[in-house]
Amino acid sequence: MSIETLALSATMALAAGLIGCFAVMRRMALAGDALSHVALPGIGVALALHIHPLFGAVAMLLFAGLLVWAIEDRSHLALETIIGVVFSGALAIGSLMTTGEDLIEALFGGTRTISQTEIIFGVLTAFAVTAFVLMRRHALIVTLVSPDIARTIGIDVRRLNLIYLEMFALTVALGLRYLGVLLMGSLIIIPAATAKRVSRNLTQMLTVASALAILVTVIGSLTAAHFHRPTGPFIVTLAAAVFFLSALWRNE
Amino acid sequence: MSEEHVTGEQPILDVNRLTIRFGPATILKDVTFRVSRGESVAVIGPNGSGKTVLFRALIGAIPSEGTMKWAPGIRFGYVPQKLDLARDLPITGVDFLRARGHGGQLTDAAMTEALGAVGLTLAACRQSVGSLSGGQFQRLLIAFALMGDPDVLLLDEPTAGVDEPGQERLNELIQRLQAERKLTVLLISHDLSVVHQHATHVLCLSAGTAHFGEPTTILTPELLHEVYGTPVAFHVHEH
Repeated sequence: MSIETLALSATMALAAGLIGCFAVMRRMALAGDALSHVALPGIGVALALHIHPLFGAVAMLLFAGLLVWAIEDRSHLALETIIGVVFSGALAIGSLMTTGEDLIEALFGGTRTISQTEIIFGVLTAFAVTAFVLMRRHALIVTLVSPDIARTIGIDVRRLNLIYLEMFALTVALGLRYLGVLLMGSLIIIPAATAKRVSRNLTQMLTVASALAILVTVIGSLTAAHFHRPTGPFIVTLAAAVFFLSALWRNE
Repeated sequence: MSEEHVTGEQPILDVNRLTIRFGPATILKDVTFRVSRGESVAVIGPNGSGKTVLFRALIGAIPSEGTMKWAPGIRFGYVPQKLDLARDLPITGVDFLRARGHGGQLTDAAMTEALGAVGLTLAACRQSVGSLSGGQFQRLLIAFALMGDPDVLLLDEPTAGVDEPGQERLNELIQRLQAERKLTVLLISHDLSVVHQHATHVLCLSAGTAHFGEPTTILTPELLHEVYGTPVAFHVHEH
C-alpha cells in the first residue's frame, strides 16, 4: 500500500468522522448506514457502460440524499419504511447487476491501485465536507436543538439539511473504494457514536470522532494489505471494537 | 428601521383573518388581532387549540392564509415549547450560543453579559445541555433570544416542566426583561392568574374561533366556561 493511498484514506476518514457526528446526533444512524447501499446499482450501471464506477455511485448517492431530504419532513415511519424497502432493494438489484471480483470489491472495498480520477475527487470532496462541517457546525447545532429557533436567526433550515445530506452522500462515495457499499456507512457512524459517549462538548466530539476514524482506517488498511484481504472488514471490526471498549469504560 | 415606525401608533404586529390548514384540517380560522409596541399579549386556550401553530406561523415556519404584518425591520426572539432533547448529547450551552456569533466568533464577555441578564453563569453553560434543569434550559433559550437584541419576544409556555419556585422566577425574569428592554411580549400560558395579572391583552383560541381583548373582557367566567368546556377558576392577585 502506497503512502499516497494511505494519506488519501486518512483524509476520507477525517471527513467521515466529522459528518458522522451530526448523523449520530440527528438520530439517523440507521438511515445513514443504509444510505451507502444505494451506491451498488450505480456502480453496476457504470461498469456496464464502461465508465468509472465512482460516477455511477456518486449519482445514485446524491439522488438518495435528495430522497431522504424530501421525505424527512414527513413522519419518521415513512422514512424508515422507505429506507428499509428502497435502500435494501437497491442493494439487491445492484448485486444482480454486478458479478465476481467486481461485486466483492464493491461490497467490501478493494486494494487495487488508485486512479487519478479518484485522487482528485477524494481530495476535493474531503476538503469540501470538512470545511462544511467546521464552518456550519454551530448552525447545525441550533437546527438540531430547534429548527424553529434556527429559522428566527436567519438559517435556511431546509437548505442546510439538503446540503448536509448531500455532503453525507459524498462522504459515502469517498470511502467506497476502501470500505465498499456495505461497510462505508459504518465508518461514518461508529467513530461518531463512540465519540458521543466519551465527549462533553462539540469540539471534543468532533476531535475524537475524526481521530478515531483516521486511526482505525490507517491501522485497518495496513493490516488488510498485510493479509492481502479487502480493507473494509478490518477497518469496521476495529471501529466496532473501540466502540465496545468505550461502552465498557463508561459503564464502570 | 425608520423612526416613525418606532414612535408612531402603527401596530408592531397586525394579524387579519389568519387561517391555517394542515391538509383537510383547519387549525385556526379568521384569527384577527393587533399588537402595539410594548404590550404584553397572552395567548390562552385549551390543548390543541392552535396556540403553538399560531406562533410558528408568526415566525414564518409554516404557511398561512390571510394577512400577517410585522412592522418593518422587527427582530424577534423565539423561545419554543419544552424541547425534547436527548440528555446524552455532548452539546454545551456555549456550543449552542456560539451560533449567535458570526463564524463562531463570540467573546466570553458578550456571552457572560447575555447569560447574566437571565441569571445564568458561564460555568453552568459549559455543562452539557442535558444536565441543565428545566428552568436553566429555558433561561438559556431566553439568553439566546436576547442576544439577537429583539424587539419582540415570543414565548411558548416558558414555565412548562419547571418546578413552582422556578416558574415564579421565570415569570419575574420575563417581566423584568420586558420593562428594562422595552420589549413587546407574546406569551402562551396556561396560568390564568399570571395572565390576569400581567397581560395587557389576551388572545383566547378555541375550536377554530378566537377572542381578543383586554383581560377583564376575556377572562370572564362565562367565556372561560365556553372555551374550556368546564368552569375555570383562577386566583386574582390583589394589587
